[in-house]
Amino acid sequence: MAAVSEAALLEVRALGKRFGGFVALEAIDLEVQPGERVGLIGPNGSGKSTLVNCLCGTLRHELGTVRFEGRNLAGLKAHERTRLGLARSFQLPRPFGSLTVAENVLVPILYAVQARGNRTAATDARCAELLGMVGLADKSRKLPRDLTQIEMRKLELARAMASEPRLLIADEAMAGLSHGEVDDILALLLRMNQAGVTVIMIEHIMRAVLHFSQRLVVLVAGRKIADGAPQEVVRNPEVERAYLGE
Amino acid sequence: MSTGKFLPLILFVAALVFGAARWIDNSYVFFAGYVVLQYIVLATAWNILGGYTGYVNFGTPAFLAIGAYASVALYKLVPLPIPLLMLIGGVLSGVVGLGTGYLTLRLRGAFFSIATLALSVVVQTLVTNWDFVGGSRGAYIIRPMTAPLIGGGYIDYLCLVMLLLAVASIVIARAIESSKLGYGFATIRDDEAAAEASGVPTLRLKLLATTLSGALMGMAGAPLPYYVTYLDPASGFSLTYAVNSIAMPLIGGTASWIGPILGAVILGTVQQLVTVTISSAANLLIVGLILVGFVIVAPNGIVGLVRGWRR
Repeated sequence: MAAVSEAALLEVRALGKRFGGFVALEAIDLEVQPGERVGLIGPNGSGKSTLVNCLCGTLRHELGTVRFEGRNLAGLKAHERTRLGLARSFQLPRPFGSLTVAENVLVPILYAVQARGNRTAATDARCAELLGMVGLADKSRKLPRDLTQIEMRKLELARAMASEPRLLIADEAMAGLSHGEVDDILALLLRMNQAGVTVIMIEHIMRAVLHFSQRLVVLVAGRKIADGAPQEVVRNPEVERAYLGE
Repeated sequence: MSTGKFLPLILFVAALVFGAARWIDNSYVFFAGYVVLQYIVLATAWNILGGYTGYVNFGTPAFLAIGAYASVALYKLVPLPIPLLMLIGGVLSGVVGLGTGYLTLRLRGAFFSIATLALSVVVQTLVTNWDFVGGSRGAYIIRPMTAPLIGGGYIDYLCLVMLLLAVASIVIARAIESSKLGYGFATIRDDEAAAEASGVPTLRLKLLATTLSGALMGMAGAPLPYYVTYLDPASGFSLTYAVNSIAMPLIGGTASWIGPILGAVILGTVQQLVTVTISSAANLLIVGLILVGFVIVAPNGIVGLVRGWRR
């Protein structure tokens, strides 16, 4: 096997995605090291969510390769990537509406963690533990429709964590939340990172991204225009131009 | 209750039902009972795909008729015992279910439903033009006078076979519901992208649901020619099957295995009563009215209504 540079957890090489004639992503290179906290920013329509969808197998990309723990992910479906340890949360929470909060968290345990077997006392305990971690322990028997917006975000993160990922891609987990709620979710993501999970955070709230990220990656119109230390990246003239105009 | 404990219980209930019918000793009870039991199977089978995974299937007649016409064809070649015919009909319909699932897996909502409706039309056209099984003229089956094994009228035997199939489908549906598979099906119904992201192999599960649902419908269709003794495409592919197998789970409640049974027993019995007392044509009118009533009063069926009271 070709030497994977510094044993990157995620290695994206020359990834390209088109929708018809529209180039959504062009020649994206990205490396994420184990344990890292990476912020991914970019104006609306810059291709952030498309990149996430390509990484997670929801969309197929025409060009380039994605390697996870050295393994080429080409041809692997979304559920297979989840089982490998690549989890995501959705931009708009997408809970399983007919299942209780606890059952929502149970599904990845049954399908991504356990090779076989049904719901047991052990899986129920694990659900309670995960819900406790995000502060939803007392809501476990409720349906998702009874949750508030922030609780829904927490459920989304708990469900992503339930698959015991090595890499978590949090797609705008804080959009539309209040100041205090953003801090809540931030603390949660930092705790997950401390527990050993590598996190890619996609976010518009600059305060949160700058606080969280060790490294910042900027996408503009489907191209990566900056990648480096957050404070340097935000002073990059190209980045300023993309966000503030000429 | 585990499946191991549930099986003896439901077999006991089935034995009671059959014993009571034998005690009444009126062949009409068996004629009417067969139809109700057939609908328990069809409604339960429909619910595995439509209720659990949320894919609304209008193609019940196709799967039922594949089982039925397999029996007609075999009757002309080598007459086989009914249980064997059911097995063959089940395999054929299961394969068609698998194929349908594979071809329509990208279709969601109304588009999937339209595809299944089309399947019904395609299969009906094929059978209508297949001379060996009677084509549009239909086919006659000469039913033996007495039942094998249990004695009495042959209809008793058909009814018993259908009763056992109903027990089997209920046990299967109930086992799915309380297992990992049940959760997987529910996630497909709720949000397929989120299901994939949670590690659920949605394609494989959908194919499993279409195959299982189709196979059970095919098994229910296999004894049909022996029941009606004359089968033509117009009756074999009757829209009644499609409407009933959707209406029954909706009225009973799609969330639980007991819903389709309640719906089939209530609606099936009412239809049988109306057929002999008022008119056989009023059947579907009754279904329509009850369905409209339930959609307004209890959109989640009887099961939903009861769960609402308990809260």
